[in-house]
Amino acid sequence: MEEIAINPWVALAYLIAGICFIMALRGLSSPESSRKGNRYGMAGMLIAVVTTLVTHAPNATPSAPCRPGFIDCGMAIFTLDLPTMLEIVAAIAIGGAIGFVTARKIKMTDMPQLVAAFHSLVGLAAVLVAVAAYANPAAFGIKIPFMDHIEPVSRIEMGLGIAIGAITFSGSVIAFLKLNGNMSGKPIMLPGRHVINLGTLALIIGLIAYFVTDDSLPVFAAITALSFVIGFLLIIPIGGADMPVVVSMLNSYSGWAAAAMGFTLHNTAMIITGALVGSSGAILSYIMCRAMNRSFISVIAGGFGAETGGASGGGQAIDRPWKRGSAEDAAFLMQQAEQVIIVPGYGMAVAQAQHALREMGDILKKEGVRVKYAIHPVAGRMPGHMNVLLAEANVPYDEVFELEDINGEFAQTDVAFVIGANDVTNPAAKTDKSSPIYGMPVLDVEKAKTVLFVKRSMGGVGYAGVDNEVFYMDNTMMLLADAKKMVEEIVKAMG
Amino acid sequence: MDFISILSIFVMACFVGYYVVWSVTPALHTPLMAVTNAISSVIIVGALIAGAAAGSATSKWLGLLAIVLASVNIFGGFAVTERMLAMYKKKERPTAAKH
Repeated sequence: MEEIAINPWVALAYLIAGICFIMALRGLSSPESSRKGNRYGMAGMLIAVVTTLVTHAPNATPSAPCRPGFIDCGMAIFTLDLPTMLEIVAAIAIGGAIGFVTARKIKMTDMPQLVAAFHSLVGLAAVLVAVAAYANPAAFGIKIPFMDHIEPVSRIEMGLGIAIGAITFSGSVIAFLKLNGNMSGKPIMLPGRHVINLGTLALIIGLIAYFVTDDSLPVFAAITALSFVIGFLLIIPIGGADMPVVVSMLNSYSGWAAAAMGFTLHNTAMIITGALVGSSGAILSYIMCRAMNRSFISVIAGGFGAETGGASGGGQAIDRPWKRGSAEDAAFLMQQAEQVIIVPGYGMAVAQAQHALREMGDILKKEGVRVKYAIHPVAGRMPGHMNVLLAEANVPYDEVFELEDINGEFAQTDVAFVIGANDVTNPAAKTDKSSPIYGMPVLDVEKAKTVLFVKRSMGGVGYAGVDNEVFYMDNTMMLLADAKKMVEEIVKAMG
Repeated sequence: MDFISILSIFVMACFVGYYVVWSVTPALHTPLMAVTNAISSVIIVGALIAGAAAGSATSKWLGLLAIVLASVNIFGGFAVTERMLAMYKKKERPTAAKH
């Protein structure tokens, strides 16, 4: 077998890079250590890139084929191919500049789209690398010596790599279009889609198995094309409140794609990173599913929130009495309170109300009111979405609490201020077995003395398409307006 | 390296990933996604090999294109993570200065 000759120092360098990546994730266990963690990540990447550039520097002299036994084949007879090296540096510079500028300019509310877009790039890069490896297997050390074929084991790894990469790419593109509003966030249902999807998946697996015996181009191309298609089909029927799961899932895929390519290249840094990212995304998907009390399978099957109306005795909703409040009422109630818990949701992100909200919180704190924020794990369109927006608005993170940590406090709270959240506060999840969100852990806002519910209108229901009991309770006051405008008016009324 | 050693590294790394990620605080889940995004672009290693190798023009240009894509992700991912993490602050005396 024509192996990539492994210099122990090179292997060690990749291992150190892998450890740096572990440290990067480890740093995120608390905000204080997180920035140091990020530096570790950068260091790891630098080590990986420099090591590769040194060991695989473009060689101008036609080199002898690499064989095991050579200590370091890349550097044996060596004159640097300067033009190629410059092209590589230019490619890094172009990509780096685009990435850096985007990262600087992006609005925090657009973070879910950005993450989806970045996932698609990882997927596409994996596809390109796999195709490059197919076109030039010798360069990757996966060619059978003296034959025009690829090592059988590498064929499986390559097949998996390109399939996962392609799924990540096309899936992320759809996720991006949905999150960015270029495409309806509503699930799109094709007839017989389960049969089509399962059939396509089975076909891809079958083709990868066949690829081991026949590494001809049509087989390789078919795997690639079908994988692009299935990525598209898988994400199309998933929408709305399930987006956090989709984003996490694609995160996971991008990791597995990197790991598969790591197997092909026998590269420890890629394998460790791929495993880390893969499990990270998988855990996030699991956390999101648990927070919605839905199985992963049912999220993947899609279609949640597509059928509105009719569900759980909806009809009578419109005629039920509810109370409308004004900004002045809200300001007065909160200024009299001892403790106010603010419950933000996706609506806050859409209205960009986080800065106004923090201003309101500051005024209340100055008047001696305790202000806390309660975050449901699936609030927003990606894991941790609300936390980032509040952090952006300078809300200290020790005032922001997770569901389990704060839910017991609503009973001793004077005002629960719900802004742009709906389903995550719906008590039907605890009581109504027929409700589609039954069993989902929710924030017990109804236990607070008063609930202030900021909402654009009484008509719209949450993504799950269910009515919320909280609207009609005696201790609830509906504040119907755009979230940002309403909060600004409350701030004015407080002044 | 034989397949079994590589597989061992992979399986161990999955376990490490499992425990490390569970210890990430939920407040930092968005930065977690951004930084995993950046590090999964270590796939640039493959792109660099393809871009530098002689012998196939197709492979080289695909490699260069992959380098560009991965670099967007690396620089963008780390920069945006850095930007987000800089926003997380502890409680302090209220400061007035803010647009």
